Amino acid sequence: MAKTVVQEFTKGLWAEIPPFRLVLGLCPTLAVTKTVENGVGMGIATTFVLVCSNILISLLRNVIPKNVRIACFIVVIATFVIVVELVMQAFAYPLFLKLGIFIPLIVVNCIVLGRAEAFAAKNGVVSSFADGLGIGIGFTLSLTALSIFREVLGSGTFTVPITSVSIPLFGPSFQPFNFLIEAPGAFVCLGLMLCIMNMLGKK
Amino acid sequence: MGDYILLAVSCIFVNNILLIQYLGNCPFLGVSKKMETATGMAMAVVFVLVLAGTITWIVDHMLLKTFGVEYLRTLAFILVIASLVQFVELFLKKSIPALYAGLGIFLPLITTNCAVMGVCLINIKEEYSFLQAIIASLSYAIGFGLALILFAGVRERILLARVPKPLQDTSIGLVGAGMMSLAFFAFKGMV
Repeated sequence: MAKTVVQEFTKGLWAEIPPFRLVLGLCPTLAVTKTVENGVGMGIATTFVLVCSNILISLLRNVIPKNVRIACFIVVIATFVIVVELVMQAFAYPLFLKLGIFIPLIVVNCIVLGRAEAFAAKNGVVSSFADGLGIGIGFTLSLTALSIFREVLGSGTFTVPITSVSIPLFGPSFQPFNFLIEAPGAFVCLGLMLCIMNMLGKK
Repeated sequence: MGDYILLAVSCIFVNNILLIQYLGNCPFLGVSKKMETATGMAMAVVFVLVLAGTITWIVDHMLLKTFGVEYLRTLAFILVIASLVQFVELFLKKSIPALYAGLGIFLPLITTNCAVMGVCLINIKEEYSFLQAIIASLSYAIGFGLALILFAGVRERILLARVPKPLQDTSIGLVGAGMMSLAFFAFKGMV
């Protein structure tokens, strides 16, 4: 199964895009997609952890003994999550506050551990880097799409990433569809988006 | 006493860890297709979550706060949870083999369950006392189990319905979960 590096990268963008095709990483998907800024921020944080841990685990793959590998992967991933946590606290504090406990929860994000176990432990550094980057960016795209949908319809605003500027999109007579912002709406939204992806995939 | 009951009720229903706080979704969709697997997973989670919540609270207050290394919390907690799961597995294998056989593969899977790590972190964030942390962990676990078992029942019924092809399996499962979440939302007016 010798794919080129570019193929490893692009498969994360459609064929194995989490959380739709690769059904992993659902917890943060549902929780952080309330505003576009949160979704994009979470996606970037997860991508960083994914790429770094994939690279390091791939470099160490011949050194880590088989029976303690999960524990080792978790230590590597947790370390990078701490790095992300501290960087966010220093440079993006409002975002850090909004994402709350979901930043440390990147360490149990099934995507990160899943790719480490399934790919980085068995492949070279460049492929692992491409895989991590592709899947991370795919995840960020999914989060962005879902959060645009939920925020625009759910509260009638659009929060521009990084600047935290919340732009109201519709006039004052717009009644926001609050259902989408709350928990039930998240589940239904994800389910329907998955359905749309399935329909597009069948074509 | 009343405070603790209120805490328990709010963790089981009002702030249900799965349906309201979105934690623990991966196994939720993975094991809820059959009632037996859902019950097994629920039992395993209750077992691990109470122990994990208690031990991580102790670790946080005795070690992390004493040495001022709160930034290592993520690493410390996940190591505690992973080792705890390993230890519980070995312990059950030796002492209660029937329970171990019943739980099967779900025990190691709980290590990456967002709900376990999430509850441990929530206990710290809400600054619960030791007794509150134990009660919260137990209640969150019961809430998780409850949601899981109810959802398994719903999913078994969905299998009998005629669902359009693109909606099948996970999609309709998620929509169903959304409806359940909506039902649990009604509890918000209770407290």
